[in-house]
Amino acid sequence: MRVPLSWLRTFVPQLTASADEISAALIRAGLEVEQVHRSGQDISGVVVGRVLDVEELPGHKKPIRFCHVDVGARVHDVVCGATNFQAGDLVPFALPGALLPGGFAIATRQTYGRTSDGMICSEAELDLADSSAGILVLPPDSPLGADVVELLQLRDEVLDIAVTPDRGYTLSVRGVAREAATAFGVPFEDPGLLAAPAPSGGYEVRLDDPGCDRYVARTVTGFDPAVPSPDWLRRRLVLAGMRPISLAVDVTNHVMLELGQPLHAFDLGTLQGPVVVRRAAPDERLTTLDGQDRALHPGDLLITDDRGPIAIAGVMGGAATEISAGTTSILLESAHFEPASITRTARRHRLPSEASKRYERGVDPDLAASAAETAVRLLVELGGAKAGPVTDVDHRAPRPQVTLPAGKPGQVAGRPYARAAVLQRLTDVGCAVEGDDVLLVTPPSWRPDLTGAAELVEEVVRLEGYDTVPVVLPTAPPGRGLTEGQRLRRTASRALAASGLVEVVTPPFVSERLVETLGLTSYAPPRLLNPLSEEESLLRPALLLGLLTALLRNTGRGLHDVAIFETGSVFRGHGIPVEEVPKTSQRPSDEQLTALDAALPAQPRHAGVALAGRRSGRPVEVGDAVEVLVSLARTLGLELTVGRGQQAPFHPGRCAVLLLDGEQVGVAGEFHPRVVATLGLPTRSVAGEIDLDHLVLAACRRGPVVAPVVSTYPPSSVDVALVVPDDLLATDVERSLRLGAGDLLEHLALFDVFTGPQVGEGRKSLAYALRFRANDRTLTDAQVLAARDAAVARAGADHGAVLRGT
Amino acid sequence: MSAPDYDPKQVSLLDAAQLEAARDAGLAAFAAAGSLDELALAKTAHLGSHAHVALANREIGVLPPAAKGDAGKRINAVRRALDEAFEARKAALEDERDARVLVEERVDVSVLPGTVLQGARHPLTTIQERIADVFVAMGWEVAEGPEVEHEWFNFDALNMPADHPAREMQDTLWLAPEGSQVVLRTQTSPVQIRSLLARGLPCHVVAPGRVFRNDALDATHSPVFGQVEGLCVDEGITMAHLRGTLDHFAQAMFGEGLHTRLRPSYFPFTEPSAELDLQCFACRGASGVPGGEPCRVCSSEGWIEWGGCGMVNPAVLVACGVDPERYSGFAFGMGLDRTLMFRHGITDIRDLYEGDQRFTLAFGTEA
Repeated sequence: MRVPLSWLRTFVPQLTASADEISAALIRAGLEVEQVHRSGQDISGVVVGRVLDVEELPGHKKPIRFCHVDVGARVHDVVCGATNFQAGDLVPFALPGALLPGGFAIATRQTYGRTSDGMICSEAELDLADSSAGILVLPPDSPLGADVVELLQLRDEVLDIAVTPDRGYTLSVRGVAREAATAFGVPFEDPGLLAAPAPSGGYEVRLDDPGCDRYVARTVTGFDPAVPSPDWLRRRLVLAGMRPISLAVDVTNHVMLELGQPLHAFDLGTLQGPVVVRRAAPDERLTTLDGQDRALHPGDLLITDDRGPIAIAGVMGGAATEISAGTTSILLESAHFEPASITRTARRHRLPSEASKRYERGVDPDLAASAAETAVRLLVELGGAKAGPVTDVDHRAPRPQVTLPAGKPGQVAGRPYARAAVLQRLTDVGCAVEGDDVLLVTPPSWRPDLTGAAELVEEVVRLEGYDTVPVVLPTAPPGRGLTEGQRLRRTASRALAASGLVEVVTPPFVSERLVETLGLTSYAPPRLLNPLSEEESLLRPALLLGLLTALLRNTGRGLHDVAIFETGSVFRGHGIPVEEVPKTSQRPSDEQLTALDAALPAQPRHAGVALAGRRSGRPVEVGDAVEVLVSLARTLGLELTVGRGQQAPFHPGRCAVLLLDGEQVGVAGEFHPRVVATLGLPTRSVAGEIDLDHLVLAACRRGPVVAPVVSTYPPSSVDVALVVPDDLLATDVERSLRLGAGDLLEHLALFDVFTGPQVGEGRKSLAYALRFRANDRTLTDAQVLAARDAAVARAGADHGAVLRGT
Repeated sequence: MSAPDYDPKQVSLLDAAQLEAARDAGLAAFAAAGSLDELALAKTAHLGSHAHVALANREIGVLPPAAKGDAGKRINAVRRALDEAFEARKAALEDERDARVLVEERVDVSVLPGTVLQGARHPLTTIQERIADVFVAMGWEVAEGPEVEHEWFNFDALNMPADHPAREMQDTLWLAPEGSQVVLRTQTSPVQIRSLLARGLPCHVVAPGRVFRNDALDATHSPVFGQVEGLCVDEGITMAHLRGTLDHFAQAMFGEGLHTRLRPSYFPFTEPSAELDLQCFACRGASGVPGGEPCRVCSSEGWIEWGGCGMVNPAVLVACGVDPERYSGFAFGMGLDRTLMFRHGITDIRDLYEGDQRFTLAFGTEA
């Protein structure tokens, strides 16, 4: 809402504060003044001129016109690029030496082969609008040579206020002026109290739907559609951010801006039969003012006549009944509609309008008659119209009262307020207050947001000032600290960083194409109804997708050695919507809560890694991805088993599945060469992903670590080299060795893998260092050898492993 | 006086002059030794089993008892002198050798093997931990909720029924199909609801997390961003407690003595509601007063917009089964990205979400 201060001051005549002071006071009272716009402060030398003749200069890329402009004292030559004026028009003319906003100085210059001795100005150039399509054509009665700054009252200050949904009343000069008057403790002259003539014999109106509880209709006849809006009216609209259109439209907009009551003007001559407010019937359509033919929804509230819909109530009028250049009789609508219905309709038709914006937030239902009267008087006064009879269909319910213990505001704020202060503040906002200890408060008609004690408390506390609320630190009961799961997730994050990986945070939006390329379609990623871009309309079913994008971004920026990780939720499948969303008047039942959660997709937290280029001085390999995940699990106290996997998007021979107690919890691998080629990944890039929730849960369940017995007897170390088929996983051989060796085996490590003619085609040699030790004695050589032989024998039995060189 | 009863020629070794000569020869030899090897040879010659001192010692036995004591003393004095000289020379030579070896073994200690791999954690992660720690130290707990959330938690229970204009304040991303009832949470506030439903009272929780809006990515907006939510519900909780908590939080994050400021505003789930400003931690508000030095952190406002807060709307308590006549509470929320941006001077929010390693690495693991 843009509020020109000159307009505001007409209702608060004693307000002498500066624009900055008013702005600060309104902010303190809770109005979001985003900026104070100063217009016309630095404009000089602009006068009213008459265009004498127009000569088109051909041969240029854009239209260029050469004109003579008479400013009274002399005639100026001028070159102009606008085309929306003709000879005889009055225009704002910047004389040589004039100053325009931003210090833009006008001088005589040569251009397009002519002399240009000044400039014809647009609204934007005069700071009247943010942009304008052509120059500003002034009304024909503007005095030639007059100072345009004076004439158009260009010097003004405008408060630009972002209006929150609870403060619909500040979508009007009236509402903001009331707050300003309260803030400075000066009288407010309410423009919304104009008495209207008693209703009798007016145009017939019927309210067939409770969505409209008040409808005032006024007719005017004998209106002269040729009369332009006076300067002051046009000026106010422009300062408030609206475009002047015609007197009738400008008057309705002026009343809306001033009072907050949207008005609609129908061409009375186009109406047939009574005006009926009702919901849309099936298959009804309406061509709205913007020329769009719209299919109406049975929930849309309509204004209709005998021939059908003539307006979407509170949102937009119909084209067929719009007032035109020839309209002389007008039916003015000043109505009150139910906010929620307007919200739904405006959203459904994607038609946010100045009217719907106000109806959604609640318009003062008591205002309908006086707003209509204000408009009628302007049409009579400015447009020569004759006021007709009044219709006022009034189904308003009595306003509910709210009880408020007088001490409640103090209880909420944590400081006492005198009862008189509470009363004063409630009266300031327009409430009627009765009662002693418990106040019976009738909120004003323009504050539909004041529905309960809490809302009234806010009014008192904000007007007394939030800065008067004391500062006290509350004492929380003893807490339990982080949960085990929260601690472990921190540990996991630190472990990945300690493995030399750099954390990234990527947006969860992914493209269908990438999901398909990576072969992850079976995870059924949820789709967004209104995605940011059609391209990325799915939610990530795996962290891999974001990691890949980040990987490519790094390599694209010349960083070839990449090692990154991410932790976060992934999204899979979809839930089942509940049949009825629970009410909020009480706590939902446990069944209802379970059903709400069942409407959500699965969203486990994962940890993912991606590596490319070199690591520790050698090219990355699939083992790097496997190792950081295995190591991550170990920091959580869990031992993963590595198995051979064949999972998209990985190389079938270089893919590992990670198992915890036999259940798959993760996967890692080198990207499939086809994926590498399609996405332009660095060759041999690797990645892995693991279900972090699963790991954390398992680690929490595991309970406290049972401490090992640390034997102080001497160890005995033995190496064995085993020849096995080369498709066998070392980890499988290792498992057999451990099982065979038994409890005496303290440590086992693979230290060499060898393939070559010496071990034979299709085979490899795995060399292990085994360390044996007993808890209660020094082992003899014979005992050590027996354990070693048992280990080898088990590997032989399980996998056909044979000792190398035997 | 009778003739001596021992062979005077043989015991000449014990002669004082001879002993002194032997001692001086030994001392000279030790001093002359230029290396530990030479010193070892000199030791054999002058302190070994065939050295003068050793031979003289053997002769003591033939002396008459009266002379033994005196001779022994003389020999011991000489031996001690030689031992001391030897040890001193040995220590000196060893020092020389060590010094030489240590010089020879010098390496360039700035050449690193590169076996320690440097990782880093994202500042959005670490700031969440930092905030959680501040509140955990106050006895609060850390609550969590899903990122994809049911509209009942994200809107209805927060006093935003289906057609409430406040739903339009945030551009919500909905899940398909139409009627799924499911959104990407637009705020961390649904965690308030889940906490009240699951934890009971009193409830003191802080909930950091990611939230989503249908907002195009540019230098100052991201469709994904971090938020932290705080909720305190108990008997007798007032707006004064809200102010106290916010001041404490601000000081824990940005430094002692900083304050916060509340401006009346509107949120459906709080009443009264307020916008929350943080006194600029760089100029400490000084740039905001007339004549103050300009400040880049707060654009010379003296204050930085930090978040929103207020007293929990009774309607929210009712939806969670909490009696608003008995309990009251406050809630607050602030943007983590924004907090990071002014804390670290980040000028483009996209840096947080592009995954460039260079960005994160600068923050280390605990930022």
